[in-house]
Amino acid sequence: MIGVGKIKQYGNVLDKPLTKGKQEVSLSAFAFLFSELVQYNQTQVDNIGELERRLEDAGYAVGARVLELLCHRDKGNRRETRLLGILSFVHSTVWKVLFGKVADSLEKGTEHEDEYMISEKELLVNKFISIPKDMGTFNCGAFVAGIVRGVLDGAGFPAVVTAHFVPMEGQQRPRTTILIKFAEEVHCH
Amino acid sequence: MAPVAPRTGDAIFANVERVNAELFTLTYGAIVRQLLTDLEEVEEVNKQLDQMGYNIGIRLIDEFLAKSNVSRCNDFRETTDVIAKVGFKMFLGVTASVTNWDADGTCCSIVLEDNPLVDFVELPDNCQGLYYCNILSGVIRGALDMVSMKTEVTWLRDVLRGDDVFELQVKLLKHVPEEYPYKDDE
Repeated sequence: MIGVGKIKQYGNVLDKPLTKGKQEVSLSAFAFLFSELVQYNQTQVDNIGELERRLEDAGYAVGARVLELLCHRDKGNRRETRLLGILSFVHSTVWKVLFGKVADSLEKGTEHEDEYMISEKELLVNKFISIPKDMGTFNCGAFVAGIVRGVLDGAGFPAVVTAHFVPMEGQQRPRTTILIKFAEEVHCH
Repeated sequence: MAPVAPRTGDAIFANVERVNAELFTLTYGAIVRQLLTDLEEVEEVNKQLDQMGYNIGIRLIDEFLAKSNVSRCNDFRETTDVIAKVGFKMFLGVTASVTNWDADGTCCSIVLEDNPLVDFVELPDNCQGLYYCNILSGVIRGALDMVSMKTEVTWLRDVLRGDDVFELQVKLLKHVPEEYPYKDDE
């Protein structure tokens, strides 16, 4: 288990029993780490688009592992095969494990059949971030978009996933919407 | 005003906002993999992780001092004790112990039995030279730098390399005297 008991020696990481995943670290430890992830990637790119793509890649790697982990631990080795099933898995199970709460909302796009949106009033990764004016529409939520894409892709539902700020009336800070646009093969069956 | 008593690591950890350790662990893993892809050389990755840790350490010390009520430590022994008992607990939710002091009290080991960074991790053959948790040594070095202590932090034991615990050797190189008077306006 993370954080408790002694580390036992196992020949292979797969031999280790799966933890319950209830251990925690301080939010600031995560915030410090995440800020280093963003700052390091800033040194590797020339523009905002590339920076978002690199954060998304990092998130994708997390999402792929989260899918595997949660399917083993929470779903008795079953994986969702229905579109709405996997979306609600992301919105509820994945969100709850990673961010401690179910996402604020999951909606179907009104204009396009293949689009869905997960919205969050204050996304964890945006909590301590203010975007400088010269960075335009840059959104650290790209990391979370990557996590969502990693989960969906691993489950057999390839999609393009992007993060956007949506201004809220009467609120100082915009909410973050994760826009999921499924690939054609997912929707035309 | 009477001095405020220092708080224990447990008390602070119980009161700070927390996140799931797996999010932290997997995010760190993503960082390490990105560095391995970008920098290719394991030695360069070690350096970069240490640098990132240093950057964190110089900022983390502020939060640490603000939340712990720890005042100036009398000696290096007290310093390392506070790192192990309060620092590790407050940020990572784990406690460490301090051992292997040298005779003049300037070098010791911080031993970690639990380390949330390494869950789900196995070092592949081509990464054997990697100090996977090198960010931690950078954090300690950076934080101590900010309280006028130049240190050298090295890994002596690492569970990912087959040892039974994580052991970080912290060596005090020198106290940097603070310069008075401070010139804030320069």
